[in-house]
Amino acid sequence: MPHSTTTDELEIIISGGGPKAPGGGGSGDGGDGSSGGSGSALPQRVYVTGITIGMGAILMFFMALVSAFIVRKGMGNDWRAFEIPRVLWLNTAILLASSGTMIYARRLFKRGDQKGFRHWWAMTTILGLLFLAGQLIAWRQMVASGFYLATNPSSSFFYVLTAAHGAHLLGGIFALIYVGWLRLRKLTIETATEVAALYWHFMDGLWVFLFLLLLLGR
Amino acid sequence: MGSRKSNAGSAAPAVLLAIVILLLVGSTLYFHIAKTWWFPPAITPVGHEIDQQFFLTLVVTGIVFVLAQLALAWMVFKYRDHGQKAHFTRGNHALEVIWTTATLVIFVGLGALATHAWGQVHFGGVEPGALQVEVTGVQFTWTFRYPGPDGKFGKIVPADIDASVGNPLGLDPNDPAGKDDIVVPDLYVPVNQQIELMIRSQDVIHSFFVRELRIKQDAVPGLIVPIHFRVEQTGDYEITCNQLCGLGHYHMHAMMHVLSQADFEQWEKKQEAQNAQ
Amino acid sequence: MSAHAGPVHHAEAPKGWIRHYIFSVDHKIIGTQYILLGLSAVTIGMILSLIMRTHLVWPNAHIWGFANGIVSPEDYLRVVTMHGTLMVFFVLTTVPQSGFGNYFLPIQIGAPDMAFPRINMLSFWFTFLAMIVLLSSAFVPGGASISGWTSYAPLSAVGEVAGPGLGMGQTLWVVSIALFCGASLMSALNFLGTTIDLRAKGLSLMRMPLTVWGWFITACLALLAFGVLLAACVLLLLDRLAATSFFIPANLDVSGVLLHHGGGSPLLWQHLFWFFGHPEVYIAILPGMGIISHVLSTFSRKPVFGYKAMVYSLTAIGFLSFTVWGHHMFISGMNPFSALAFSIITLVIGVPSAIKTFNWLGTLWGGRIHFTAAMLFAIGFVSLFVTGGLSGIFLAQPALDLYLHDTYYVIGHFHLIMGVAAIFAMFAATYYWFPKMFGHHMSETLGKVHFWCTFVGVYCIFMPMHYLGYAGDPRRYASIESVNYLIPLHPVHYFISIAAFFTASAQLLFYWNFFWSIKHGKPAERNPWHGTTLEWSVSTPVPHDNFAGHYPTIYRGPYEYSVPGMRDDYVPQDLAPELVAKA
Repeated sequence: MPHSTTTDELEIIISGGGPKAPGGGGSGDGGDGSSGGSGSALPQRVYVTGITIGMGAILMFFMALVSAFIVRKGMGNDWRAFEIPRVLWLNTAILLASSGTMIYARRLFKRGDQKGFRHWWAMTTILGLLFLAGQLIAWRQMVASGFYLATNPSSSFFYVLTAAHGAHLLGGIFALIYVGWLRLRKLTIETATEVAALYWHFMDGLWVFLFLLLLLGR
Repeated sequence: MGSRKSNAGSAAPAVLLAIVILLLVGSTLYFHIAKTWWFPPAITPVGHEIDQQFFLTLVVTGIVFVLAQLALAWMVFKYRDHGQKAHFTRGNHALEVIWTTATLVIFVGLGALATHAWGQVHFGGVEPGALQVEVTGVQFTWTFRYPGPDGKFGKIVPADIDASVGNPLGLDPNDPAGKDDIVVPDLYVPVNQQIELMIRSQDVIHSFFVRELRIKQDAVPGLIVPIHFRVEQTGDYEITCNQLCGLGHYHMHAMMHVLSQADFEQWEKKQEAQNAQ
Repeated sequence: MSAHAGPVHHAEAPKGWIRHYIFSVDHKIIGTQYILLGLSAVTIGMILSLIMRTHLVWPNAHIWGFANGIVSPEDYLRVVTMHGTLMVFFVLTTVPQSGFGNYFLPIQIGAPDMAFPRINMLSFWFTFLAMIVLLSSAFVPGGASISGWTSYAPLSAVGEVAGPGLGMGQTLWVVSIALFCGASLMSALNFLGTTIDLRAKGLSLMRMPLTVWGWFITACLALLAFGVLLAACVLLLLDRLAATSFFIPANLDVSGVLLHHGGGSPLLWQHLFWFFGHPEVYIAILPGMGIISHVLSTFSRKPVFGYKAMVYSLTAIGFLSFTVWGHHMFISGMNPFSALAFSIITLVIGVPSAIKTFNWLGTLWGGRIHFTAAMLFAIGFVSLFVTGGLSGIFLAQPALDLYLHDTYYVIGHFHLIMGVAAIFAMFAATYYWFPKMFGHHMSETLGKVHFWCTFVGVYCIFMPMHYLGYAGDPRRYASIESVNYLIPLHPVHYFISIAAFFTASAQLLFYWNFFWSIKHGKPAERNPWHGTTLEWSVSTPVPHDNFAGHYPTIYRGPYEYSVPGMRDDYVPQDLAPELVAKA
């Protein structure tokens, strides 16, 4: 167990490990390093980190529901298949289109076209709202074909998954409105659009996954 | 530094800590060796095997327990601040490798040895002559059902469940296989014969536990879980519920009567005669 | 207030009492709020445990607050459920992580605050609301839930028909836990964002104090686990309120009532719950492990033995904790083959825990041990961790779990390793950091008396429970008279109850010491323990933005104690190389 300290090691303890020491932490970049530390401004990338972590949590929430869905479908013989509401195809197309308009909006923003950016950003928001309206229509179609929340596990999962996704997407719509119409103070518009876009594409991808799951697993 | 000075030379906390740890180790060893409060004797072959596995685990963990606690007591005493200089070290790679490997081998080794006993309870095939008994948990009683002379359990219709008219399990009156089923509030089994219990529940989760069998199994509504065993010794044993099932959980209790083959046949005859009335 | 316009923090604190102490976005105030919330929860939880111990051995004792002064079987189960829920969620999950972590994480990594101060405030108020909802369930018709902190379906799902407290009380329980999940997710988000992005210059991952590592890995676990529990709570709530059948099987006949549910799976609840529940155990103990390493190193005047092994074992525990949930379900009727797989992985997760223990002993080895109150609790933690960990080796084997599952053996095991060990870490943290938090020392003498009584007391409570388990005493029984084989165990139960009262009264010393010392304790200097990490570089009391505008640069690892050739036996992390005094 005895362990002697060499001179080299001693140097490291005193001087702090040589060239690889600085920059290991967070405040080495982002323009705040020169002003003497991380306290003067929060690096913008923390918002991107934050939304990435948040998406991880949301993904786990949905994965729990999805694994419950798969387990439940695998057991018993009381699973009743239902007709996927036709409008879901349209809704999926709308949501995919909204991701497209968002990418376009951000491209315009990078070119400096403020007006075009706002226009396409608003278009994205409207497409998002259309998607939600379409989901409500899908629920109406389910009800019309006699599948209520408690009718069968298959329909219970349909409502739970679509409602949970819809609620998260609604949050995304609020974010879009916030970014598009409100003056931002603490975070730059670049970061705000990046964060909102990450979340929006995530919701889009999540929906495609859920749609395929419902389509193949109903 | 004030705290350093006041600590120098004072052995009191170190001695006290060493004494407390010694007392802990001593009393733990005493109660495990004297077996003051202990398992009742096992009455099944698998029970004996489980006891052996328990003993092995006890010896291994016991040695680790004594060594680790004594090492702690010794270090606390030996390295109390009496003005010495701390020995500077950041760790030792070889040691890390050694104790990681050692614990991995010991822990996983114990786990591997324990698989056999588990397999005896859950995997081993049921012999053809085994006696089947259905065990049903309901708030807050156990009910046991035997197939009767025809060897077949009658159908259960949940809508027919009504304990007040003597049908606590909901036996279908139109199913002839159910006519001769024996339904009793205590478990009667013959000695030296394989028994297969089919454990189920009517309402919430219960858990069937007989200490001497060394077996516990949840009764889960919607599932029928089989377990099997062979009792080597006649006697009366208590059955308790071990999964929280509501306010009467603590008094959900029944008896397991292990009878000689002759006594069991006599008991069976008596039940069949009652059913025939 | 410009200070609240964004996360850019200025040196001055917000004016106004409410903004400063109630709806504060300052991580130090929020950390203190969490600690006080946890202190009230632990007080209630401890009183509830005394009620349980009283009722078991003196069933006719009159206890204030119960109908006719008598604790009925359903009251007993209400107390069991409330005790477990308060302790697991509002004490063990809340204080070491959200309490001490909130206070010291930003300081130890050289940040002005958490990354998202307003989300931080929101998560505290969600936690607060969750606790109010939980406590209020004791006052609704039918009373609080009786289904235990694990709330196994279908008992928890079918409603009042299965027993008192399973109506409104159970619904409020689910709502409270769902709120708590939301709070924990937001809190985990903050911890991760802060640790990833706000570390001071030079603070590489392998220079972070082990406390920070503990909080970081815990936040990872919380982020991945609480979403699953939230999903489970949503499904349970739908089963209760919207007549769905996720967890309720078909054709249940409960109390003579035939239920019309479709055919769900009770085991599904257990899988979801324990997928959360096992990481939860580590959420409770990992911050404690970090704190103990920190305190042991400081008062042994030695670097943590095997720092890297400590980091890797923390990470390994975090990863493996998501793969062992099935060991809670050996007797649940799940596939017996998967039980074997869960068993082996569970024994493997014991290995990194053992590595930590060896390294703690290695840290003490050759040290110069100062017996402060904090250090005594840290040493006590190691002893408890060994004892509680070894009993886990029994439970990890399904063949032995067949007998020991749901007996007092399990209660003894998890109280020692997760309950009391984590509480000892909190006590160590309190005695250690109190001078920095409140600018005054706690009384060391009272602290030591508190330690001796508590250390002896908890062993007297929980060691005998293992013997009860050997004798097959089932847990959650409202009476020790109802089964014949329990009668010879009465002396053990009496002994435990008396030990519980003794230990609980010893805690009065702590309350007195804590609240009296806030104002009247010996004034604290900046670095009373001669520590090396950043919290000892900032002044006492800590300025509003922690560093008064002078953000530190980190030059070395966190535990540079007794380095040969130095004048002092400690070298702070942020001390510039040219200022380090050589001997």
